[in-house]
This record gives sequence, C-alpha cells and structure tokens, in this order.
Amino acid sequence: MNGFQQPNIDWAALSPELVMLGGASVCLVLTLFLPWGWRRPFCAAIAALCFVGAGGTAIVLFTMDETGRGIVADAIQRDRLAEFAQILVAGSGLLAVGASFGWERSERDRVGEFYTLLLTATAGMAFFVAASNLMTLFLGLEWFSISLYILTAIAVSWLPSLEAGLKYLIVGSFGSAILLFGSAFVYGATGSIGYSGIASGAEGADRFLFVLGLALILVGLAFKMSAAPFHMWTPDVYQGAPTPVTAFMAAATKVAALVATMRILVTAFPSEARLWTIALAVIACISLAWGNLAALVQTDIKRLLAYSSISHAGFMLIPVAVGTSLGGRAILFYLISYAAMNLGAFAIVAARERELARPVTFDGLAGLGWERPFYGAAMSLFMFGFIGLPPAGLFLGKFYAFSAAVDRGWTWLAIVGVAATVISIYYYAGVIGAMYFRQPVEVRMAPAGGSPPRDFGIAATVLLSLVVTVGSFVFAGPLLDIARDAASVLNFPN
Amino acid sequence: MTTALILVPIGGALWVWITPWRTARGPGGLALLVALAELALWVGTTANFDFSSSRPGGLQFDTKVVWFKDLGVSYNVGLQDFTLWLVGLTVLATAAAVGYGFWVGRDRPAAYLGLLLFLEGAVVGVFTAHDLLLFYVFWEAMLIPLYVLIGVWGGPGRLGATVKFVVYTMAGSLLMLVAIIAAGLSAGSFAFADVGGHQSVWIFLGFTAAFAVKAPLWPFHGWLPDAYRESTPEVAGLLSGVVSKAAAYGFLAIALPLYPGALDDWRVPILVLASIGLVYGSLLAFRAPDVRGVIAYSSLAQMNLIVIGLFATNASGNDGALLQMVNHGLISLALFLLAGAVERRTATGQLALLGGMARGRPVLATLLITTGVIALAVPGSTAFAGEFLILNGIFTVGWGWAVVGAVAIVLAAMYILRLVSAVLHLDVGSAVPEAALDLRPAEIGVIVPLVAVLLFLSFWPAAITDHTRFFGG
Repeated sequence: MNGFQQPNIDWAALSPELVMLGGASVCLVLTLFLPWGWRRPFCAAIAALCFVGAGGTAIVLFTMDETGRGIVADAIQRDRLAEFAQILVAGSGLLAVGASFGWERSERDRVGEFYTLLLTATAGMAFFVAASNLMTLFLGLEWFSISLYILTAIAVSWLPSLEAGLKYLIVGSFGSAILLFGSAFVYGATGSIGYSGIASGAEGADRFLFVLGLALILVGLAFKMSAAPFHMWTPDVYQGAPTPVTAFMAAATKVAALVATMRILVTAFPSEARLWTIALAVIACISLAWGNLAALVQTDIKRLLAYSSISHAGFMLIPVAVGTSLGGRAILFYLISYAAMNLGAFAIVAARERELARPVTFDGLAGLGWERPFYGAAMSLFMFGFIGLPPAGLFLGKFYAFSAAVDRGWTWLAIVGVAATVISIYYYAGVIGAMYFRQPVEVRMAPAGGSPPRDFGIAATVLLSLVVTVGSFVFAGPLLDIARDAASVLNFPN
Repeated sequence: MTTALILVPIGGALWVWITPWRTARGPGGLALLVALAELALWVGTTANFDFSSSRPGGLQFDTKVVWFKDLGVSYNVGLQDFTLWLVGLTVLATAAAVGYGFWVGRDRPAAYLGLLLFLEGAVVGVFTAHDLLLFYVFWEAMLIPLYVLIGVWGGPGRLGATVKFVVYTMAGSLLMLVAIIAAGLSAGSFAFADVGGHQSVWIFLGFTAAFAVKAPLWPFHGWLPDAYRESTPEVAGLLSGVVSKAAAYGFLAIALPLYPGALDDWRVPILVLASIGLVYGSLLAFRAPDVRGVIAYSSLAQMNLIVIGLFATNASGNDGALLQMVNHGLISLALFLLAGAVERRTATGQLALLGGMARGRPVLATLLITTGVIALAVPGSTAFAGEFLILNGIFTVGWGWAVVGAVAIVLAAMYILRLVSAVLHLDVGSAVPEAALDLRPAEIGVIVPLVAVLLFLSFWPAAITDHTRFFGG
C-alpha cells in the first residue's frame, strides 16, 4: 500500500485535454436541464468554445515549450510535436462542430451525447499524441476509439450507422488487441514500458520478442491510420457513419495515428530503424496501390473518399518511412491541409446529403457545381488538392514528402507515389466532372423539395477549410517553420 | 511589373467569377477589358524593356521573395528578352480568345471567360517563373482551367477527351516534379540560376517527359486529336497556339541549357522522334477528314519542327524556333477561330460537306487564304523566316535532319492548300447554306489583329530575332 507514490502532476501542461473533458462534462450534464430547442445551440457552442480553448492552450504551450519534458512520471511527453498535433485535432473538432450543427434535426435527444463524445474523442487524441509509454499509448488509443465507436453508431435509428459502428467496434478492438499484444512482447523483451526505457533496453533484449512486439505495435497503429492491408474497416465505417463524424474521423484520427506512430518509432525503436523504415515503405506502397485502384470503381462519394484516405495514408507514410527530419517536417505540414481538405470535402457531401435526403453518389453530385457555386468551387479545389495540384497546401505537402524520399535516396518511393497520383487523377477529376460536366436532368436526380435550408454551420466549415487549404499554400514558409520546430523534438534515425 | 502581368488576369478572373452578374453582357465586357488591360500592360512593359541590357541572364522587372527557405524555394519571376515575346503571344491570343468567346455568347459566360483569364495568368507565370517549383506550380495551374474548359463547354466526346488530356499531361508533369525535386535538392536551391550544377540524365529525361507530352512530341500526342476537336475553337486555339509553347519554352529555358551533358546523349533520339512527328503530323493533316483535324495535326507537325530547331542548340536554330513559336501561336489560333466561324455557319467541320464558301464571302476567303499562305511558309512570310532559320540551324548539326524538315515544308503546302480549297473553292458543299453570312464585324475584329501581326512579322521578322540575345537563363 505504501509503495505507491503519487506522481507530481503538472495540470497546466494537461490543459488542452482538461478543457475538452470539462466541456464534455458540461455538455453531458447541463443539457439534461435545458429545453429541447436550446440543447443543440448550447452544446455546439460549448463544444466550439472548448475546441478553441484547447487549441489556444496548445498554442500557448507550443510557444512555451522550447524543449520537451516528461510529465506525470514521464508517462506523457509534453513537447511541440504533441502540441502541434493537438492544435490540429482541436481544429478538426471545431470544424466538425460546424459540419454537424444542422445535421439530423430529428435526433435531438442525443445532442448532448454527440457533442460530449466529440469532445472526449478529441481529448483522447490529444492524450494519445503525447503518450510516451506503452500504457498511455494504449489508454489514449482506447479512449478516443471507444468515443468514435459510439459516434459512428449514434444515429441508432439508421441501420447503416449501427452496422458501421459494430464493424468499427469489432475490427477496431482487434487492432487494439494486437497493439496491446505487441506492447506486452516489447515489455517482456526490454522490461520497460517507457519509450526511452525501451530504446535503452533494446541492447540486451531478446531480439525475436522485441521485433515481434514492434511488428504487432506497428500493425495496431496501421489499423488506426487505415493503411492497407489493415484498412478493411475504413470504407464501410466511413460510408455508414454520419457524415460529420466521418469528416472528423478522416481528419483527426489520421493526425493522431500518424503523429503517435512517428513518435513511438523514432523514440522507442531507433535501434530497429532499418527494419521499420522498410516496413513502412512497403505498407505505404500497398496503401497507395490498393487505395487508388479500389477508389477507381467506387460510385458512393463517401466510400470514394474513404479509399482516398487509404491512399493518402500511403502518401503520408512515405515521409514517416524515410525517418529523417525532413520527413518529419513533411508529414506534419502535409497533415495541416490534409485535415482541412477532408473536413471541407465531407462537409460538402453532408450538405448535399441533406439536400437530396439520400447517400451521395456520382449521380447525386450532378449539377452541384452550378447550383451551389461556392460548394462546387470549394469541392473542386479540394479534389484538385487531393491530386496534388496548386493552390492547395497539399501540393507542397506532396512535394515535401517526395523530397524527403529523394533526399533519403529512395527515389523509387517517390516514383511509386507519382504513379499512384496519376491513377488518382481519374477519380478525383471524376468528382469535378460529375459536379460540372453533367446536368441534373441527365441523371434524373433533382434535389428533394426545392432549395435546401441554409446551413451556416457547413458553409462556415467549408470556408474555414478553404482558408486553411489555400493559406497553407501561400504561407507555407511560416507553417513549415512551425512544423520544423514540432518535428525537431524527435531524434530521427536517418 | 512581371508580377502585375501574372496577377492582373488572375485577379480579373476572380473578379469576373464572384461578381453577381445581372446582365448577360456584363462578364464578357469585364473579361475583355481585363484582357485588353493586360495587353496594354505588356505593351508598356515592352516599351520599357532594355534590349541592350547586359545584366546576367538578361533578367528584367524581376522580383524575388523567399517562399520557404529550408529547401531554398522562392517566388522568383522576371522577364528575359525572349520570354517577353512569348508573353506577348499569350496576352494577344488570350485577348482574341476572350473577345471571340464573348461574341459567340458561351453558356455561363462568367465562368467561361474567367477560366480563360485564369489560364492566361498561369501561362504568363510559366514563362516568367525563375524558380523550378514556382514554374511547376504555374505549369500545373494551366491544367485546371483547361480541364474545366474542355469538360464543360466541349463537344459530345468531351468527357473522354478531358480524361485523356489530364492523365497524359499529369503523367508527364509528375515525372518532371521528381526531376525538379532531385535537381533542387542536389543544388540546395530551386532557382534556375542555381540548379544545373548536378548533371543527370534522369533529371533531363524527367523534364523532357513533361515537355514532350505537352508540346506534344511524337509519340506522346495521344491526347491531342480529341482535345483539339472537342474543345471550343478559342480554347483549341489557345491550347495549340499558346499552351504548347510552354513546353517548347521549357526545353529552351530549362532542359537544354541546364543539362548540356544529357543533351549530347539524347539529341539524336529526340531529333528522330521529332522528325517522325513532323512527317507523320504532316501526312495525317493531309489525310484528315475535317477542318479541325487538319489544324490539329499541322500543329503536331509544327511543334515537332520547333523541337528540331531547339535541339539544334545553336543561335540560328533557337532564333528560328522562337520566331516559329510566335508564328505558329498566331497562325494556329487564327485558323481555329476561322474553323469555328465555318462550323458556326455550316454546323460541320467535315471537308467533304464543305466547299465553295469563297463566293460571296470575301472577308472569310481573304483571311483564310492569307493565314494559310503564311502557314505554308511561302517565301517572304514570317513562317518562312522561322522555318528557314530552323533548317539552317539543324543543317549544321546534320544535313539529313534539314532534308526531313524541307520535305515537311512541301507537305505543309499540300495540307494547307487542300484545306483552303476544300473550304473555299470546289463546288458548294452540301452543308453550306446559301444564306451563310460572311465574317461578322466582331469576328473580323478578333481575327484581323492576329493576321496583322503575322503580316508585320513577315515584313520585319527581325523584330523578334534581333531582340533576343539571352537564351536559356
């Protein structure tokens, strides 16, 4: 009993998570006492405020933390990498609030829970990206995953949502179990769960157990970032989940999973860098091939974007696989515009969904570009951006990712990326073609019931995404400096 | 000044797009005004340009702002004497295209004309960028408006044409991106002036892939017939007249001067391809069943001839190539607009259904014959000057190439004369209505300036050739 000593907890350093958790409690409890009509605006306002607050505290911490430090007995690493990722996930949360505000007016009895879960999921991701031992890593992973399982299934009266939630729960738990299994092996081999302890204990460890553990951890994380061949859940879940939830998942989960992966690989497994760089390069190639080829035959736009997200997992693994500081910078910069573009694109899909009152397919997009010029232009910019065309920040992200590969001497990996990009043109350009080149009468799909209600939440989300997407292109210099500062906390092996 | 040349059309495009127009003529008027303002700006720039400048690289009106410093990328634009002429071609051609599109009254004029202006800004950017990544940004930015312009306003086969066009060009340009990355990383900077220290055949080939598809060099022209046939006449004219010149410019400013080592190894293979393309394009132009087909394949032939001139890599060849780039840009746009005029009157471009249009339509006949005669390089015309310089330049490399080029000039006479007679002479075609009017004043106003510049250059080709000294950065 007396052996346990409570560690000193630096509450201020945990403020981003705490702000969001506080907001979650407020939403959950106070909503019960509010009249029906007030619940949504109240919860949305609280959630938005908390996301802004969390992002703000993360920014403050970012400016304060010149060098990283461990807090809570070194279970959590407080550094610029974590804060950078927290800013991104909080921003994604904020945009998701906008995208979800007008959604499913009939589901008002779960409004409090929805925003609570959105906040807890984001808080979990904020915790996850700062994790610096295997226990907090797993805790963070489960924390945000469980929130996301429920969010996926939150439209309980709609069967696809339930189905997607169940699938996500089963496959996600499987991934988590694999991660936990791997953690056990690594702990067994090195006798340590802290990242730095693992790195220093690797010397005398049983190599077989150690590498097996590393492989299983990598697989567990690959599930979360939906990299092929661990992506099977992605299309179904993205398609079935309520679109605002998909938007949030596509953006924030990717940020969290990639940052956490990079952190654990670089800090805990530098001794096996030769192994995991090649493993990640292989996963990247598989994701690029699978995601892009499967996307070619999709007709449902959410499903298409799910495969696009798999292929982008491949693009983003290129700079991580390279294992250099240039790669670290590249992935962080990539994530900025990637998150924004996903949120924006899914928000537009959500808007169209509400208008048509059915899932959006290529046919359903017909004429969107002319009927809703702003959404059409924004969606085109996002699609051109996903291809990697200016003026989207993702163009420079891809440029940096390929640069990192060439810089490392892996020009072949850049060429694989180029080949994948060429394939991707077909379906991304197809979305633009569907919006502009065809008239709605051609496909006999008219918007249900005339002009849709104006949805300022979605419009604001799209506008903000657009600003971030183009802004990260124009002001790439300062943002890259920030990404460099964030990546510099890691000691890259190559 | 250079930045203004880029931003005026792009800003104009945004202005045209976001204004909530009440009248149908509003967007056209504004777009035309912007295009003319850009033309005036170019004239002003040319008047102030110091052709005797001895600055290194001859770069003038340049701006350099660091974009992101860790890889050495900057916003670096400026004009050289030879790019000045290419920018001039772009602004004149776009003004004509905007005027024509306005007059024809395309659907959704704000979107259409805005895209033309945006394209203009991107092309000017390509010609003036002096940083490889910036060059690439503008290069890809050209693709976006073209994709939509063909896809929305094109003919019935537009969907296939856009997919082919985009996939072909992107496949080439992404290889160029890898080449740019490799070149820039090894030099620590992406400025034209800094890269090139690291000689690599692969980098040269990466650039060549992009330029070969865009020009297009035989056998990378698979996208060309569809794109030129399916788009509206003014877009086809810009595509063949202006956008293809971006590729020739790429050879001239990047691939050739920066990678002389690789050039020595690859000169002969590329000259072989270009020679095949020249003859092949000319033969197909001679056999094409429709007006657009003749112009499209003649464009292919002409671009391959220009590439031959560029790969002569001597003063005569380069001078000729540059002059021919301007010539062909103007000729091609004028021919496509005339083809559009014919198609509007007859609802077909099939040569078998056309004929006899000269009678009672003197302006159409005069303009088509004048442009045609210049296009087939009659001695005394500016195209003759250009082709003569090219052949003279390539002759010093090997007389065999010059023979191929000379044969192609004979073929040019054959396909152009066939086109002219099939449209204007012979019996009145079944698709030609008796009431079909001569060119309208607006059409004359758009096409005559292009032909006038061609005639001016015929009298004084030295206007361009004597005012270019700084090739290749």
